[in-house]
Amino acid sequence: MLTPEILFAGLINGLMAGGIYVLVAVGLTLIYGVLHIINFAHGSLLMLAMYAVFFLWRKPLGLDPYVALPIVTAGSFAFGYLIYRALIGHFSHGKDENILLITLGLSIIIDNAALFFFTGDTQTIDVAYAGRMLSLGPALVALPKLVSFAAALVICLLLGLFMTRTDMGKAIRAVAKERQGARLVGIDVEGVMAISYGIGVACLGAAACLLMPTFYVSPTSGYAFVLIAFTIVALGGMGSFKGALFGGLIIGVVESICGLWLGEQLGQIGIPLVFILVLLLRPTGLFGAAR
Amino acid sequence: MTRQGLIFTGPGVIALAAYPWVFRSNYAINVGFLILFAAYLGQTWNIAGGFAGQTSFGHVVFFGVGAYVSTILQTTYGVNAWIAWPFSALAGAFTGWLIGVLSYRAGLKGSYFALITLAVAEVGRIVANSVPITKGGLGILVRADPRAANFQFRDTVWFYYIALALCLLAMVIAWQLTRTRFGARLAAIRENEDAAQALGINSFREKVKCLTLSGALCGAGGTVYVQKYLYIDPSIAFGVDKSVEMLLVAMIGGAGTVLGPLIGSGVLHVIGELTRDLGNMLPGVSNAQPLSIIVYGAVLIAIVAWLPDGLMGLFRRRSKDGHHA
Repeated sequence: MLTPEILFAGLINGLMAGGIYVLVAVGLTLIYGVLHIINFAHGSLLMLAMYAVFFLWRKPLGLDPYVALPIVTAGSFAFGYLIYRALIGHFSHGKDENILLITLGLSIIIDNAALFFFTGDTQTIDVAYAGRMLSLGPALVALPKLVSFAAALVICLLLGLFMTRTDMGKAIRAVAKERQGARLVGIDVEGVMAISYGIGVACLGAAACLLMPTFYVSPTSGYAFVLIAFTIVALGGMGSFKGALFGGLIIGVVESICGLWLGEQLGQIGIPLVFILVLLLRPTGLFGAAR
Repeated sequence: MTRQGLIFTGPGVIALAAYPWVFRSNYAINVGFLILFAAYLGQTWNIAGGFAGQTSFGHVVFFGVGAYVSTILQTTYGVNAWIAWPFSALAGAFTGWLIGVLSYRAGLKGSYFALITLAVAEVGRIVANSVPITKGGLGILVRADPRAANFQFRDTVWFYYIALALCLLAMVIAWQLTRTRFGARLAAIRENEDAAQALGINSFREKVKCLTLSGALCGAGGTVYVQKYLYIDPSIAFGVDKSVEMLLVAMIGGAGTVLGPLIGSGVLHVIGELTRDLGNMLPGVSNAQPLSIIVYGAVLIAIVAWLPDGLMGLFRRRSKDGHHA
């Protein structure tokens, strides 16, 4: 039975999961907003960052995932910047399906390279605080989930400040709005695009550090996030930050409530159904500008 | 078809038909089956994705629906597999029609259409995993009773010929798309949908028809798969790998060409087998299968970047330079 207490607990847990989804989706929506490309490799890049967290945590380094956060985030930024410069940038002026196919190819390569080098085994890290529970009213919440929720929102806030208060942020928004105009006023458009892609991937690095204490990684674990991230971005509106924020929290709750209501198996249907319904009924999403 | 095409067709068909007599080993015949079957499924993708420009990331949904419909008819309702077969095609056609009507009504194009097919396939996988009629994640085993009347054969060569026949059928349909008005309308929609509509083409109706046709053919393929392996489960039936394989063979061979999927499938399988054999020779490598898939991904990027017409583009460019200038 779905008593109000269970529903409340589901709501809280959904919101906690939603925090991470926000972080993953903000990266995707930034890349879409600036580059107008749908980054199908998003899940694979997240998976790669999760492996980075795992290998940093393992001996001999033994780094705590939260301590590793700045390192993995910076490393992800550099990696994203490089693949944009080396690969995606060359093809980004063609048809949008072509970019989708290129990023699909990229995700095939990353997934199978992970399978080849790291085997298909599921890896987890265990940290002392993973099982610590806090009670929020009638709901019990694992401490790392609360941390990840708060940290994800703080990172989004910082990103928002960066976008509105710094010159680079203004340049990124200028390129997103009007590429030609930005070039005319002397902005290095290609450089801004590579940096935007890097920031999008850096969000994944941060998300990976926040996820790993309670999640696992295997070469296929990125795929689970691809559809979630696309759903959030479609729901919130492609390219909209506010949309990614609310969309992420909504999708976290939808997933949690569907799981309670329809059971663990059938409950997974909530996310693809929301995705399909949003695209069919309101393709601009909640906050997207009409296209 | 061009004169060149006709010259290749006869000997090509004879060579494919003779293949099992030349290479008699079970291994060779199985590889042949896999190439032809992937070429067939790739051609069903190509009919929508290549000829009409409707790139799909979830084409496996038609295959999966077809596979489950004939298998459930057989195992739960005792229907003969041959009689169940057309129902798979019907189910695939209905699925194609439904996806087409819903997403084209909503005006979905390009990447959005690709992503919605991906989501529909995911819905299929989750439903198949959850409802009792598909036996959930356990999958359905078809009772082995190898008699031709049951659509089961002791000798793999029969499946080779069924795959060959399907592959040729799909190629004939694709060839018709290069010379009929329906095909011309699809090409017009692919090149510039607004202009096609301005010319009076009802692009909604043509696209739905095309996806229905593609879904029917792909659904029929599902039955053949189950009859050969006598087993189906949700991740085989709706897994993203198969969608990607269909897209890959068509893109690599040449999207929107009649021969593309067959050439793409042949090349991919040969590359796959070679990479795996070479990889297994490397010291300390126990499973080189992922290496061959990495190569597929790299080939896909290279094709999209430098050879948008696929390998067929190479032939065409050369024949243009040589004969027609």
